[in-house]
Amino acid sequence: MYIRSFLLGVFVGIVVAILTMKINPNKCVACGNCTYVCPMGAIYIDPNIKRATINRDECVECYACYNGLSTEHLNPSLVRMIRKIFQIGRLRFDPEPDVCPTAAFEPDDLQWPRVIRRAFSDPRATHESTGVQGRGTEEVKTNDVTGRVNWGEVGFTIEFGRPGVGVWLRDIQKMTKALANANVAFEKKNPFTLLMSDVATGTLREDVLDEKVLSAIVEIKVKVERTEEIIALVHKVEKEIDTVVALGAGTRCDENGDENVLAPILERLGYKLERAKTNTGLGRITNAVENIASENQKEEQPVGETR
Amino acid sequence: MTNTLHRYGDSESFHDDYIVFATPSNRKNDTGSIPKLKKFLEMALPFKPVNLGDPVHGGSLRPSKSLGPLSHWNRDMTPDFRAVIDGINEPASVVAIFDNLEAAEAFLKVAAEADLGLSVNISASIEGAEQCCRYAGIKRHSIGYSLGFEGATEKLPNTQLLKLTTMCGHGMVSAGLAQKMIDWVKEGRRTPDQAVTYMARFCSCGVFNPLRAKRIFEEARKKTE
Repeated sequence: MYIRSFLLGVFVGIVVAILTMKINPNKCVACGNCTYVCPMGAIYIDPNIKRATINRDECVECYACYNGLSTEHLNPSLVRMIRKIFQIGRLRFDPEPDVCPTAAFEPDDLQWPRVIRRAFSDPRATHESTGVQGRGTEEVKTNDVTGRVNWGEVGFTIEFGRPGVGVWLRDIQKMTKALANANVAFEKKNPFTLLMSDVATGTLREDVLDEKVLSAIVEIKVKVERTEEIIALVHKVEKEIDTVVALGAGTRCDENGDENVLAPILERLGYKLERAKTNTGLGRITNAVENIASENQKEEQPVGETR
Repeated sequence: MTNTLHRYGDSESFHDDYIVFATPSNRKNDTGSIPKLKKFLEMALPFKPVNLGDPVHGGSLRPSKSLGPLSHWNRDMTPDFRAVIDGINEPASVVAIFDNLEAAEAFLKVAAEADLGLSVNISASIEGAEQCCRYAGIKRHSIGYSLGFEGATEKLPNTQLLKLTTMCGHGMVSAGLAQKMIDWVKEGRRTPDQAVTYMARFCSCGVFNPLRAKRIFEEARKKTE
């Protein structure tokens, strides 16, 4: 409990200093490029002020606009005048579609709990709680080194909101409560688990429930015998949640590199298995023994991106 | 996730999409991993990857924050693999994307022989990944299956847009931009090569596969898919 509180404190403390997105109306020339690149469709040209504007309810602070758009630093007045002349002549200027011509996006102060949006939506914002960028999960990517999911176990990743739909945390709580009620083990170092005020009941902190994120992943582990039960539960609860869900299930292969336990269950449940992430088992512990020994009371946590 | 796990499509649609990545693990094998990560990507170069990336700095096609007005007519669309490799400065996953099985197989074999000690994963069709492992003489350790999209799937865009947008597993490539680019390609305002370059710049860790995207644009243009 102490460790969880500490990690959440670090998480909050670090991210509270980051910034929310805004468009400087003095710079914006209403070219409209940014309206297309927003994954949530939250940017529009306000006809009253004739400037690009962000719907703050829908904005998940993913920074796709700020990070992804290339920028020029043109004089806004000049660009507006040229655009007006072109408009009068019914001429179409054909600019690059991934450019903000006046660098109008400017991150502004972001406070708790809105900071949660960016932490779960901007892949470059590191979850300080786990040290992992992106959505902070590892599935079986480093399983050859960490042994997170063992024989006879299944690690489920339940992702909400992607692509382009988003999800309110209040909705995800419906799933976490149902899973907790089914007595599953939540991945301790998953950033979403750290948002829970009570892991035993799957209850999230009250102050984050009205936040929307681009994507969040609940990560659990169960015995393989419970595969069908968990999938049925997810199917039942997802009907009550107004977003899209992407489900992943990972397990260990046998000593010959085959996997004949989980796949038959999934196929029997009607899944056509097309794509997977395969851990090749090439990883090994190479850090100095004394470093590992000093940490042997702590749980393993991978670093880097979620792929 | 799932960053690359839930790419949309059937196994046939992944015939030109093989993602091989190396991941260091905190307190296990991250010490001294930066040169190994660089070496991993260096080893990929002879097999002609279509993209390289790291999550901290991005892929081989990145946005520029200081374009000049003339860039609209004279913009560099060349992927910069060297910038990706040279830019790695902290332990984090690195990724190499290939558009054919032979290249992925050969690279995995070389990566296995190099014995870097990092976790190496292949995100691809199940069959494709199995073949890569067989060729490299590797027994698979673990596997994470994608069970696809469920729930309010009526909120998802059409399949062509899904194939394009899910190539950035963080959802940074928007359906709006994908639709706009398909429209522009159909109108002849941009080539598929140009369209995929615009889109790839939004993928912040370099897992976007420009070759697969180009094929999807061609299919969308002629409506053959």
